[in-house]
Amino acid sequence: MSDKEPLFSAKNRKLLKNPLSSDNPITVQVLGICSALAVTAKLEPAVVMSLSVMAVTAFANVIISLLRNTIPSRIRIIVQLVVVAALVIVVDQVLKAFAYEVSKQLSVFVGLIITNCIIMGRLEAFALGNKPWPAFLDGIGNGAGYGVILIIVAFFRELLGSGAIYGFQVVPQSFYDMGYQNNGLIILPPMALITVGIIIWVQRSRDKSLIESN
Amino acid sequence: MNTQSNTYTFLYASIMVVLVAAVLSFAALQLKPRQTRNIEIEKKQDILKAVNIASTPKDAEELYNQFIVQSFIVNSNGDITSEDKDATFAVDLKIENKKKLEERKLPVFIFKKEGIGEKMIIPIRGRGMWGPIWGFISMEPDGKTIYGATFGNKGETPGLGAEISKPEFQKPFSGKQIFDETGKFTSLALVKGGGAVGHPHEFDAVSGGTVTSKGLEAMLRENLSSYEMYLKSSK
Repeated sequence: MSDKEPLFSAKNRKLLKNPLSSDNPITVQVLGICSALAVTAKLEPAVVMSLSVMAVTAFANVIISLLRNTIPSRIRIIVQLVVVAALVIVVDQVLKAFAYEVSKQLSVFVGLIITNCIIMGRLEAFALGNKPWPAFLDGIGNGAGYGVILIIVAFFRELLGSGAIYGFQVVPQSFYDMGYQNNGLIILPPMALITVGIIIWVQRSRDKSLIESN
Repeated sequence: MNTQSNTYTFLYASIMVVLVAAVLSFAALQLKPRQTRNIEIEKKQDILKAVNIASTPKDAEELYNQFIVQSFIVNSNGDITSEDKDATFAVDLKIENKKKLEERKLPVFIFKKEGIGEKMIIPIRGRGMWGPIWGFISMEPDGKTIYGATFGNKGETPGLGAEISKPEFQKPFSGKQIFDETGKFTSLALVKGGGAVGHPHEFDAVSGGTVTSKGLEAMLRENLSSYEMYLKSSK
């Protein structure tokens, strides 16, 4: 850790905060979209997926940052892949042991965290050139930035698609008796894309600096 | 040290791979017992689902012990070869289905509950489009009428082949016959489109899931036929 820099200096806080807003991996960098579409039909898998990605980005960042001066540059991508793959397998095994039902719902998408561009992106762009603590914060920040979008999307999809929040029925039976119906369309992946699109729209209309000039 | 030299690169890669392998094997060994347990509980839930008993991972064990009153292994001649509960539960169809018919261990689970009566539950396993499919069929005591069915799949296409795991697909199996009037084994045939509703020996295929449906048909025929003698003797 750096000489006398406080653990949560302004610079370090930025590492946590930026990915949540102006540098969000999904809505601004548009990375990791595939899994964001696949696991957001319900809140529970979205939350578990977010935590898994957060754990993998944070620890992969720390490990690569610790090794950064020893890694032969010719095989650095492979080294990164091995670290990420190992962490993902551990996460997958832990989920199978402690959250079996959710791990079945997530199915292949836990394994596919390996290919999540956010993780490799952060390793290349940040962990290789920074100390472990900032790298850890950067990993947590980006994992959280990914997770926040997943959870927002899953919230709307579960509410409108199943009338529930985190598995609890919130739309009362009387609504259904009056003719209200769950929207089956929103359960399908294309609607997740549209939901992400709406989030991007809202975000850019509030923060004009994100709008690219042509 | 020169981190760019070939020797260093090779050493680095070798040591890293060995270390990672050690860590992963350790994690896998530590978590194995819990994972096996989860799979066992799931199997118990599936067995109960074949007789339309809903269970949660928490109460599956209790319900299973309460309602599955007997389990035993039969051979293709219909003779009981073992009445050990645990041995029956542990039979792996993946291995059994590769053996010759005469050597196969065929598990039977007997379910009994007030109001529902006695049913026998038979496990089945086969191939879908992308991977294994499996299930449990519960039969009336007459040995020819299906009482309920449940199917699972490892990786069938969601919305197409994977529909076989939905209750809407499984419900119509109730009441189907696997022997015809003359007592000949017919299994169930897959039929595209309507027609099948109410027909005793046919079931409606999943639209867009042709390979899965055919796999299901083959699975039913292969697995149920090995029980033919046993089912006939229970009539």
